Amino acid sequence: MSIKAKKLLSVSKLAIDFETKKGTVRAVENVSFDLQKGEVLALVGESGSGKSVTAYSILNLLDANGSMPLGEIIYDGMPIHKATPAKLKEIRGREISMIFQNPMSTLNPIRKVGQHLRDMIRNHGYASWSNIEKEIDKLLKQVEIHDLDRVKNAYPFELSGGMCQRVMIALALACRSRLLIADEPTTGLDVTTQKSIMDLIKNLAKEEGLAVILITHDLGIASEYCDKFVVMEKGKVVESNSRVDFFSKSKHPYTKKLLLATPSKEGKVEDLTLEKPSYLNISEPEISEKPLLVVEGLRKTFIKKTGSFLSFVKGKEKKEEFVAVKESSFSIYSGECVGLVGGSGSGKSTTSRMLARLDDASAGKIIFDGVVISDISSNDFIKHPYRKDIQMVFQDPTGSLNPRHTVFDLIAEPLKRLGESFNKNSLDQKVESLMLQVGLPTEFMTRLPHQLSGGQKARVGIARAIALNPKFLILDEPTSALDVSVQATVLQLLEKLRRELGLSYLFVSHDLHVVKMLSQRILVMKEGIIVEQGETSKVMHSPEHSYTKQLMSSIPIIKEKLAIEAIAAF
Amino acid sequence: MNSQTIKQDNIAQQLRFLVGQNLLSSISLILFGVYVFLALAGPYLVPYDPLESNTAIALQGPSSQHFFGTDHLGRDVFSRVIVATRLDLGIAVAAVSISFFIGTFLGALAGYYGGWYERLIGRLADIVLAFPLFVLAMGIVAVMGNSLINVIYATAIINIPFYIRIARAEVSLQRDRQYVQAALLSGNSHFRTLFFHILPNCLPNLIVQISINMGWAILNAAGLSFIGLGVRPPVAEWGILVAEGADYIISGQWWLVLFPGLVLMLAVFTFNLVGDTLRDLADPQKRK
Repeated sequence: MSIKAKKLLSVSKLAIDFETKKGTVRAVENVSFDLQKGEVLALVGESGSGKSVTAYSILNLLDANGSMPLGEIIYDGMPIHKATPAKLKEIRGREISMIFQNPMSTLNPIRKVGQHLRDMIRNHGYASWSNIEKEIDKLLKQVEIHDLDRVKNAYPFELSGGMCQRVMIALALACRSRLLIADEPTTGLDVTTQKSIMDLIKNLAKEEGLAVILITHDLGIASEYCDKFVVMEKGKVVESNSRVDFFSKSKHPYTKKLLLATPSKEGKVEDLTLEKPSYLNISEPEISEKPLLVVEGLRKTFIKKTGSFLSFVKGKEKKEEFVAVKESSFSIYSGECVGLVGGSGSGKSTTSRMLARLDDASAGKIIFDGVVISDISSNDFIKHPYRKDIQMVFQDPTGSLNPRHTVFDLIAEPLKRLGESFNKNSLDQKVESLMLQVGLPTEFMTRLPHQLSGGQKARVGIARAIALNPKFLILDEPTSALDVSVQATVLQLLEKLRRELGLSYLFVSHDLHVVKMLSQRILVMKEGIIVEQGETSKVMHSPEHSYTKQLMSSIPIIKEKLAIEAIAAF
Repeated sequence: MNSQTIKQDNIAQQLRFLVGQNLLSSISLILFGVYVFLALAGPYLVPYDPLESNTAIALQGPSSQHFFGTDHLGRDVFSRVIVATRLDLGIAVAAVSISFFIGTFLGALAGYYGGWYERLIGRLADIVLAFPLFVLAMGIVAVMGNSLINVIYATAIINIPFYIRIARAEVSLQRDRQYVQAALLSGNSHFRTLFFHILPNCLPNLIVQISINMGWAILNAAGLSFIGLGVRPPVAEWGILVAEGADYIISGQWWLVLFPGLVLMLAVFTFNLVGDTLRDLADPQKRK
């Protein structure tokens, strides 16, 4: 009995059903775990594993067509899986709070932050009129916000994503919640912000005895901050272990696969999967002596017009300049992959758009193959012979595919527009060979994008980009929207294509560990300036700029990874 | 929640699901079918010639011989109402197609290029919308001349702004999606990208607008002929039928107004409901 009393939350043999038009679908089955005060539990899994649904069911926040036919959820001795709506309302917020992936959209945009906190405290009756402000200040300090007056009087959209997430946590603390469910709380935030938010959550757990369920796809974060691990695959728990046992005794092949696929500081791209990829016997392409692409003093500014309509009439319109990219210079040799790393707003996307000639530069030169292509406007470049030599792979595999085009149409589009003339048969053959090259079964040719998985969509995007035999590919965060195990195979595909076709890449990403696996050289960008560039091994081992060091220390890594690799080898 | 790729259902399946969910949608689809059928086959089905007068049987009430009764010239109201379907729907289809093509083209340009295009086209739409639309249509017909084709133009003009607005909003949303940049990288010109890549993805919402617009257009055409513009007697047209019958309400011949009015009302109702149904089909989030 005494052991049971210590458990704050106990989920046992939980199953969740969804009514759909195709009948009842069991999304989650036989899920059990326990959580104690001050513990951080990681609910790890890739998309579709049922991790979010499981967490939502604790607060009975399932959609109207969801139900829990089996199992029980006991919170502090109370069976909350059959609690009445009134009881649940009391538990939500007061006992159990939740924070979500996108904090900006969770806060009401027309209410100030202080108002949010005041409402919450007053609703739950934790403060009177006289001490409410003091209480709010205390909460904000607890979440390490020191700029009290500014934040209290700010609307959510005036704050950064990280700040908003802190406010969300303050709201959770405001009602003295004992359990915090965090659903991917740092996805979409910069690594440096991610670190500070996760440190905060961990501290709260340690010092205030807050129990936390962290839903995440990133084993790196989980390994750095969590005490207990529950790994889910396709609605089932495949591994449930404490921290020590998780890294030394994990048996399930899926857990091993996940652990392997998570990028680490030293790991190489061929180590991400259990089987060694076949490209290893292809020799490195020769790196040319003359650079393929030279960028000199590239600059991009955006002009924002301010002032009233009247000032426009009077000719007194004010023009405010925002510098997105400041005088950057670098070069890329053919056959080489150069990584471009930076946080959000660092100007890395703007740079890649200018190199792809989708945007015009404000100043500076882009010299491709000896020709100054920055002189050709982005409109004219569409019809330029160099158009097919510079292609791009986009960040969002779903958004970058026209939802109404089949796989065939998508891959054939650049061939039809820019390729030499094809007849129906040779076009079919070309598309087929491209699909095989990127590892897509040819029977997918007639499918539409929504009938493909994320990894397959990414492959279509890559096939489209290499269709015209480009010399230079810009990879704009090609794997950031993918699950880690899919990311691993896509990265390997990119490496294989580089070796086979002698392509040059500019690999743009926020994740230093992913970039370094493919790149020979790395550029680090901050606020529009390239603060560091050099050989990958040099940047990784002896970074010079403080920002690079900060980036490096912020990325969560699995310290135990070496041990895992030993298991895998065994 | 389940990331397994689910094969998209075919349209028949979707329709069945929808009918199961909402009885009203299925009724609207059936009625829609009936109207289309009447417009196509009506003149071959009616029991009497709609223009043949026979004063001996003038102003008779509904009976087994004349379902909707007869008018002051002894013409069969039932036949006239059925035959009028083709004309009324024809005006609506012609007018709505004109406004769809012009409005979507202008709206797409405004949404894609922004800047002066957007300001100019947007203000144009605002100017048209600033007038009471029916009065504007009356004015257009009065100025351009009292003919059937001018009724179609007038109806088209007053509907253009709605297409401009929807197309502009949809295109400016889609413009920032990455597939648009991918299309440009594949060597599509801006014009081609706009009309072959972006616009097809905006169609669902525009089709909903077409259906709702059809209802308005029918009402507008009937309204214009009711006040004596456009179509003129003795042609059978719902607005004219109601206008002719209006003289006899006081003397008690209610059937002359009631039946054409009812059919007109039901037509507008049907097209509006079909619009709702199409929106539900197009947007899975609105399926309850």
